[in-house]
Amino acid sequence: MNINEFKMTVDSRSVNEGFTRTAVAAFTAQLDPTLEEINDIKTAVSEAVTNCIVHGYKNSVGKIFITVRIKSESAVLITIKDRGAGIEDIKKAREPLFTTGGSDRAGLGFSVMESFTDRLTVRSAVGRGTTVTLYKRIFGRAK
Amino acid sequence: MGVKTEFQDDTLYCYLSGEIDHHQSFAIRLEIDDKIENSRPKTTILDFTDVTFMDSSGIGLVMGRYKLCSQYDGSLTVCGLSDSAYKVMKLAGLSNIASIKKGGIKNEHK
Ligand SMILES: Nc1ncnc2c1ncn2[C@@H]1O[C@H](COP(=O)(O)OP(=O)(O)O)[C@@H](O)[C@H]1O
Ligand SMILES: [Mg+2]
Repeated sequence: MNINEFKMTVDSRSVNEGFTRTAVAAFTAQLDPTLEEINDIKTAVSEAVTNCIVHGYKNSVGKIFITVRIKSESAVLITIKDRGAGIEDIKKAREPLFTTGGSDRAGLGFSVMESFTDRLTVRSAVGRGTTVTLYKRIFGRAK
Repeated sequence: MGVKTEFQDDTLYCYLSGEIDHHQSFAIRLEIDDKIENSRPKTTILDFTDVTFMDSSGIGLVMGRYKLCSQYDGSLTVCGLSDSAYKVMKLAGLSNIASIKKGGIKNEHK
């Protein structure tokens, strides 16, 4: 069951990295999160969206589908999906420092998503695309 | 937004500002690399005091600049990290390659 839901679709242009993480954080604000929780969400979303742009749609521009679901008074579920290249070996991709990108990629995007949320799920198929799901509990200021 | 640089006494000061993500870090990287290559500093300081957001692109930024500085036998210092930027940096174990401090140098220097 969802208490509240927000969906958006954006082009995989890097200028949208800032907008998407801010929009997701603003929607989550209804749970009255702490500043740290808001920053965790922004950072994890930024990693997932950047991956769609940099890896999913490496040589093209495609659509990124984002859904934010408020699951309870204290939990949010964020889905970020692309219909791009897909990941051959998810286990390997999730290892710290693994990257197929250039020298300026740290290979730590999945590590950030993992440690800044409570659960990270990655589903992917080569040639079909990738779906990343981030589950985060919000303890908030008042609760 | 971006980066302001200053060269003094063999030291390159880079004052970063705004949001450091994949989109923003591209121009910042070019600017800093240009300055490192031209001035070949003994020490390069990346000051994050005015950075309001940072994801793992910031780690890539530090690691890449470390490699370039090493080519010219220079060292790298990172300072002015906010709690959340520090949380990201910590994941990378960057303390092995760069000296990482939380406080900024801006106030002492200016
Ligand atoms: N949406 C995606 N589409 C295709 N490949 C991806 C996607 N997300 C991640 N990957 C793969 O997983 C690797 C690791 O991702 P990440 O941990 O974010 O590090 P980085 O982005 O720095 O390479 C990437 O280099 C890429 O090969
Ligand atoms: Mg990444």
